[in-house]
This record gives sequence, C-alpha cells and structure tokens, in this order.
Amino acid sequence: MQLRIISLGLLLSGLIWSSLGLAQAKVRVLACEPEWAALAQAVGGANVQARSATTGLQDPHYIEARPSLIAQARQADLLICTGAGLEEGWLPLLLQKSGNRRIQAGQAGHLMASDAVQLLDIPSHVDRSMGHVHAQGNPHIQIDPRRLAQVATVLMQRLVQIDLDNASDYRQQHQQFAQRWKQAIQRWEQQARPLRGQGIVVHHKSWVYLEDWLGLIQVDTLEPKPGIPPTTTHLSSLLQDLQQTPASMIVYAAYQNPQAAQWLSGKTGLPAVKLPSTVGGTAAASDLFTLFDDIIQRLQQAQASP
Amino acid sequence: MHQQKQPIQTALCKALTLAGCIATLGQTVGAAQPASTTQHLQLKDNNWEGSLILQGVYYHSDKDDDHHEHGDEHDHDHGHGDDHDHGSHDHGNHDHGHMVTLPGFPAGSHQHSFKDGLQAGHIEAVVSGNITPHLNARVTTAMLDTDHGLEVELEEAFVESASLGYGTNIKLGRFFSDIGYLSSKHNHEWDFSDTPLVYEGMFGSHTNDDGLQFSVVAPTDTFMQFGVELFKGDKFPANDSGNTIGASSFFAKVGGDIGTDHSWQAGIGHWRAGDVNNREGALHEHPRPDGSMHSVTPEFSGDSKINTVGAVYKWAPNGNPKERNFTLQGEYFQRDEGGDIAMIETQNGSTARQFTYNGEQYGWYVQGVYQFRPHWRVGLRHDRLGSDNRLSNPDGSAVSEHALSAAGLADHGHDPKRNTVMVDYSPREYSRWRLQYNQDEHQPETDHQVILEYTHSFGSHGAHSF
Repeated sequence: MQLRIISLGLLLSGLIWSSLGLAQAKVRVLACEPEWAALAQAVGGANVQARSATTGLQDPHYIEARPSLIAQARQADLLICTGAGLEEGWLPLLLQKSGNRRIQAGQAGHLMASDAVQLLDIPSHVDRSMGHVHAQGNPHIQIDPRRLAQVATVLMQRLVQIDLDNASDYRQQHQQFAQRWKQAIQRWEQQARPLRGQGIVVHHKSWVYLEDWLGLIQVDTLEPKPGIPPTTTHLSSLLQDLQQTPASMIVYAAYQNPQAAQWLSGKTGLPAVKLPSTVGGTAAASDLFTLFDDIIQRLQQAQASP
Repeated sequence: MHQQKQPIQTALCKALTLAGCIATLGQTVGAAQPASTTQHLQLKDNNWEGSLILQGVYYHSDKDDDHHEHGDEHDHDHGHGDDHDHGSHDHGNHDHGHMVTLPGFPAGSHQHSFKDGLQAGHIEAVVSGNITPHLNARVTTAMLDTDHGLEVELEEAFVESASLGYGTNIKLGRFFSDIGYLSSKHNHEWDFSDTPLVYEGMFGSHTNDDGLQFSVVAPTDTFMQFGVELFKGDKFPANDSGNTIGASSFFAKVGGDIGTDHSWQAGIGHWRAGDVNNREGALHEHPRPDGSMHSVTPEFSGDSKINTVGAVYKWAPNGNPKERNFTLQGEYFQRDEGGDIAMIETQNGSTARQFTYNGEQYGWYVQGVYQFRPHWRVGLRHDRLGSDNRLSNPDGSAVSEHALSAAGLADHGHDPKRNTVMVDYSPREYSRWRLQYNQDEHQPETDHQVILEYTHSFGSHGAHSF
C-alpha cells in the first residue's frame, strides 16, 4: 500500500520532469522589486523576460512568500533582488521552496544588487530596541541613479554568464543604456540643483540615497524607529522639533499610509509629497527614466508651493 | 565536511537547554546577522540563527479539569488519562499531558491542553542554518511544564536539501507533515491559542514523525506542488508499526494570485498507516453491581487512513498585508479505520474481549482572521466533528452501546463542536497579546473558556510560510 503512494508520487514528478525538456527561449528573470525588473529588461532586451515579485505600491519589507511567487522562483534563470536584508521576510522561503538550483546563493543566477554598491547607514551594532534596522546597511539603493548604473554593469555580466550565446547583445544593450542613463543623470542633477540643502521629513529612512545624491537633508522621520508606524507621541514631539530645525517638505512613499504625513502637513503647513520609490509607484513613473523624472518633478512642485 | 557541521552540532546541543538557548541568542544578536540568506556565499561560523519563543497563558474554564476529561453522561465513572497507570507496556503516546476525549474519536494522542490559571506555557527553541551550501537544518524543541514536571519535546529536527534543482526538495529527520494547511505550522504561528478540534482528533497535538519527505514544485505559473512522505509510524494515529516505514502520505497543493489583492492555496492529502499495533485508548473503569472493578483499556490494531482537503484565501489591499489583511481558511479531514480492538484487563494484562472495528471519523473547521488596523486582528472560528464507528463481536454479532463506550468510540449522540472568537494585538513583529473565548461543546455540556496568551520571541528563526 505504501508502494502505491510512492509510485504515484514518482509518476507525477516524472511527468513534471519531462516537461522540463521544452526549451525556454528567453532568460527568465525574477526581480524582487520593479526597478530590477525594469533594469533587467533594459539590459536584456528581447532575450529576457523579466517579472517583478512586488509592485511599486507594495512595501518590499512586508510581503508574503505567496504560492505564485514560489512558482515564479521555481522557473527563474536569474534572481535579482536588493538584498541587505530588505527581503528577509520572504526571499529565504522562496529560495528554499522553489527547489531551483540556478538561483541559490553562490550561483550566477543569484544577484543581490546591494553587493554591487557601497551602502550607507551601516550600523555599528544592531539590537531590537532600534526597530527594524538592517545590519548590512540601508537597502533602499534604487533611488540613487549612480548606484543603479553600477548594478546595471553587474547585471549585464550575469546575463552574459547565464546566456553566453547572446553575450554581444547584452554588452551592446548595456552600453546603450549606460550612455542614455549618464545623460539622464546629468539632466536630473541640473534640474534638482535648487533642491540642494533642503530639509525633508521622511516617513521611513528609505530616501538616504536620494538625499546623498541630490544633497537633501533628512531632518527627521515620521516613524519613531525604522519599521515602527508613526505614533501620536512621536508626531507631537516631531512637531516641536520642527520649530527648532525647519524643513521644507514631508516625503512619503507611494506604498505608505499617507495619514501621518498629511497630519503633520496640516499642522505645519509644509507640503506632503508622495514619491514613487520605484517603477510603478505613480502612474507617471512607468520606467526607470520616468521614475526619476517624476521624483524630481514632484520635489520641485513641493518646493514651489507656498 | 566535519568542520562545517560543527556549528550546527553545537547549536543542537545548546538548543536543548534554556540557558544554552540564551547563549545561542547572545551570539546571534551579537553577530548582528538578520534572518537573511543573502550571506550564504561563504560559510561562516555564525551561519545559523537561533530563537526562543516564549508563550504564556492564563486559562479559565467553567469546568474543573476532571469534568473536562470525561464528562459523558454515563452513570459510571470513566477514568481519565492522568491516572491510567495500569502497568501496561509503554506505547509512548500519552504518558504526559492530558488525554482530550472527543466523543467518537479514539483517544491516545498526546495533547497539550491548558490547565486552569496562569502558566508559562509552550516555549519553543529554534535553531536553523546551513550545514553546507546544499544542506539546511532546523531543530525545534518545545518545553512545557506539565503535571509530570518539565517536559521537553523534540518537535522538529531535520536536514533539508537546498539546491537539488528541478523544483525538488528532500527533508530527512523529524518534521511536521505537509498533508494539511496547518499541519506544518508551529504553535506560535497559529491564529488561535489552540489547534482546531479536527487536528486534535486526527493527529493529537502535532503531525510530526520521523521520516523522509520528497516534494517537487512544477515549472508552471500556477503554483503546483506534489509531495510524498514516508514515516516510521510511531505517532498517533499510527502506533508501533514495527516496520521501517509504518506510515506514509501524499499531498498536492495548488495556489496563485487573483490580481494584486487576492491570493489563494488549496490542497489535498492522504495519510495512511497499514500496520497500527496495540494503540491504547483511554482507560475504562467503573465498579460493577457486584462491587468488583471493571477496568480495561482498549487497544487497536489494524489500519488507519486519513484524507484531507483544505483551502486558504488571503486578501491584502495592493498586496500590502502590513496595514490590513484578511485570511479565510478551512479544512476537512476524514479518517477510516479498520481492524481489531482488544480490551486489555488492567489487573493482569490479559485480553478480556476482542471486537472487530470499522470506524469513520471526520471533522472540519472554518476560520477568518481580519487585521483591521496595524497591530490589531480579530478572528472567528467554527469547529465541528462527527463519527460513525461500528464494533462487532468476532462472530459478526452486534455489540452493546456500553461496549462501544468502553472501547472509547461512542459519540453518545453528540457531534463535538466549538465556536471561538479572538482578538490579538502585536505591538511588534515578535510580540503578541491575545484574548480568546471558546464556546466549547466538544462534550454535550457547553464549556466557556477564556484564554489570555502572550507570545514573545528573541532572535530570528526565519520567515513564516504562506
């Protein structure tokens, strides 16, 4: 009787294995966040089919390892995620449950973007009284286009490694992208020059790379501690602090609850700005280029508002 | 290879003692390693993580413990699990804790039911990590204080493949079965303070056993997973199979998303043990009219099969469960058992009577849990069980209702059920307070139970599955 179950199981797994023989035309890329899917598509072009595990309206810290994501991880040739602990609540489960050797740590198909760049906010020590702090450093790197360019290079190298037949395509597409990107960065820096030195209050410490790039100054956070939702006590003390150190706007991500930012805005008269933290965060941020166009435009509008 | 195994082995030893665990945690926190697999490229000394999960309970029941144990409406006294010390050999199933009697359901499971009052409940120590880049391991021990003193249970201790490829995974050791949705979840992951009645009735407290699991995820956009489990078959409802493989199971799960707000998973499972030997039920004891004692314990030998079907649906606006989310889940289990029941005399261990047994037990639960604002959740659950057990004499003639009752298989015309409502507050991811009320009708008379529970965890023990 036990044998019947074993043979049924083996039969089913045999059926599945045989379906693996079908050649996959495109390199399947599973990105943890939309920016890496967009980057993989930009560098990979027609040879790549990139999907993102999260949308621009989701908080990548706190999603679940849903069955659909395990199914996608199972089929991926390349996994590209932010790393630095951003996805620690769900990525380890996807890796384990997918049973996909290609995307396990140490394989060419396992790429953590944060390994390709210099991280900021690396804490000297971490304990839980500090809230949700990432020991390896602040993981929200996608919001600095200079760092994104560094990731693009590593991504190109990985695609070459995985799909050698199309290596020249990847090199060429990467070169084109890097060229366009460099010009865009110059344009954005030009546009954002008046923002330099402006103080901002942020919901979560997810804009440090934007601040680093554009010279914005983070005055305070709406969250009392990273990952801990705003409390009334913290907001009231924040209100007092703002009288000492003034700020010019309050910034929150498209996926965050706007209530705290709007409350503070109502009390202080400072504009509350919703920013897309990634592709798809707002309707206008439809790709990597329009993402930064939209961020800078929204910051400029806030600065101009009385 | 031996060198690489060292940290885990140290971890295993340490996990077994409270003090050791705290030492473990100290190291983990000190090394500032979050629950991340992104750092597995090089094997480090601290590539494992440990956590300690403290649960405490204040429990109040309308009934005292004794009533809780039997409470059927017979005019004579049925003994209960705590004093069934009748010198019989040890089958390892129910030497500690209470025997929860669910009418129509054979007893014999090890059950951690609550005692009245305050108790530092269930403490889990979890150590996990990778032994090599291709092999992960996890050990979960649970500690709880019972009437018999401090009990330590090895809930899980397994190694698991990390990179076999082709969607396959192999797990080896002691682990929670995957045949149901809740079957693989640890106590601290439960949405209610207690497990659904159908899990108690079918498997006792946990579905763990020693064995091997092979599973494969299909390369399809819809999640499809198939698995086979081979167990030693020493855990309820199996017992003492004497075979290398005494129980086995097959499970299949499918799942997916509907838009960004909705996700679902459904599964079926089949578990069977073909060679159950001498599975003890509850002691049956009362004075006869002539003043002598009737004291027997039923022992079942035969086969036991369980079919499971279940589904879970989750809703989260924009796929962001942190602010608000809703989970609806339900499972139905059905068990068929066939074989013999021997009534063993307490006094001399001889077989007083022998019956032919054909039984069916079934049950289901449905629960909904709604997080209506960050940190706060409310939940409702309904449990229901039923049975259809038939006993006959070896010559095929029918047996009395009293014999069915003595064999621990009578439902006395009552289908156990329970309604539960709970509210919980989690100020942090690792801290939760819960208030739960059960309108418990697993016995004919209703019991009102109030449970106040806290759950706090130190360290990190990996993410919870869907």
